[in-house]
Amino acid sequence: MRKEQVDIAIIGGGPAGLAAAVRAKELGVKKVMLIERDADLGGILNQCIHDGFGLIRFKKQLSGCEYAQRFVDMVHQNDIQVMLGAMVLELHPDKTLLVTSEKEGLTQVDAGAVILAMGCRERTRSQVGIMGSRPAGVLTAGAVQKYINVEGFLPGKRAVILGSGDIGLIMARRMTLEGIKVEGVYEVMPSPGGLRRNVVQCLEDYGIPLHLSTTVTAIHGKERITGVTVAQVDAQRKPIKRTERQIACDLLVLSVGLIPENELSRGAGIMLSSITRGPLVDDGMMTSVPGIFAAGNVAAVFDLVDYVSATGERAAASAAAYLKKGAPVGSSYAI
Amino acid sequence: MKQIDYTCIVCPQSCDITLVDEEGKITVSGNRCVRGENYARNEYTNPRRMITTTVSIKGSHIHMLPVISSDTVPKGMLKDCLHYLYTLQLEAPVTMGQIVVQDILGTGIDIIAARTISRSDQ
Repeated sequence: MRKEQVDIAIIGGGPAGLAAAVRAKELGVKKVMLIERDADLGGILNQCIHDGFGLIRFKKQLSGCEYAQRFVDMVHQNDIQVMLGAMVLELHPDKTLLVTSEKEGLTQVDAGAVILAMGCRERTRSQVGIMGSRPAGVLTAGAVQKYINVEGFLPGKRAVILGSGDIGLIMARRMTLEGIKVEGVYEVMPSPGGLRRNVVQCLEDYGIPLHLSTTVTAIHGKERITGVTVAQVDAQRKPIKRTERQIACDLLVLSVGLIPENELSRGAGIMLSSITRGPLVDDGMMTSVPGIFAAGNVAAVFDLVDYVSATGERAAASAAAYLKKGAPVGSSYAI
Repeated sequence: MKQIDYTCIVCPQSCDITLVDEEGKITVSGNRCVRGENYARNEYTNPRRMITTTVSIKGSHIHMLPVISSDTVPKGMLKDCLHYLYTLQLEAPVTMGQIVVQDILGTGIDIIAARTISRSDQ
């Protein structure tokens, strides 16, 4: 098995990992390794073709892709070792990692410090407990975004969206512009989950109805989804009888929340927070395992990418200080 | 007198803005910055939107190039611009910031590559 020794290993080449890698280099850390599972750096931003990113950091409305590219360019300008198509299988408390990639095979990486930047995952159908059959055509908003914006496929003709988080609202507009009829957005809560400006520019601009206090109660169809049943809910979010109605669709898009990706953190015995649902971190972004830090959406799901980058930079600064002193750098466990 | 309420879409603050037109004299209130004032005035006279979409590209393992407009275009032109962009077939390499379409459909607005795509095996 190949062995590599690095000062800082960063898991995840999205906005948190990119910012952490660049800052670590700026602070004079010698060997920085950035490990990314996908074929390219950028993470989720590569499928965020819409604008509205970077107003705080760059004082400019960038698209997600542009925001990512600025950091990717900085990574390439610095001497940062990038592993693409590489997946971390195991992370140990002694800061060793087991990495596999088609190009390099199995590699053991011994790191002085580790920064977790794996981001978050979308909640799926089973996590929101929708009844009915299990046909094709039930997708998360992020999956639909990837099909349309990266792969160039349209995953349906007539869509229903459950959940009014920002990704769902953005995808309502995107699908409409791409010729998919969006029947409506259904939100179980009495108010929209996403930003007001997204309700305005993504739904109202295109005449897409938003049904509040309404949810999907059943999915219909055998091979392919043929429709859903929606119903209004009461204050306890229980469906109200006789408000049910059926809607024909060949695509159900779920935009029902994000959860930090904790698989590696759990394996390393890192304490998780019940508030953020990610690793518990101190004010220097260090986890309960000394020398392992967490940044971006793996630590807590952020609204704006500017904040994600900022936590990456903070984690990098703490990791650099840790390498020098070998002692905990943060002062208290609080978010 | 005519009064219209807008929600500003410029930044995540989503300000509630009120525009009052008193026989041609327009006043804007509720905005927290000058961008909000401009947004409301444009929205009243000539609503404009950014274009962000993808264009087909060959010569790379990435098949769609994300693009963005250099500035907003009239809202009514949005669909025509998109339909035009869907007819294009680009060739890698492309560098972020590169102009993909100059002065799209006579709007005076350019369409710009939002990502760098180098040549690679398809």
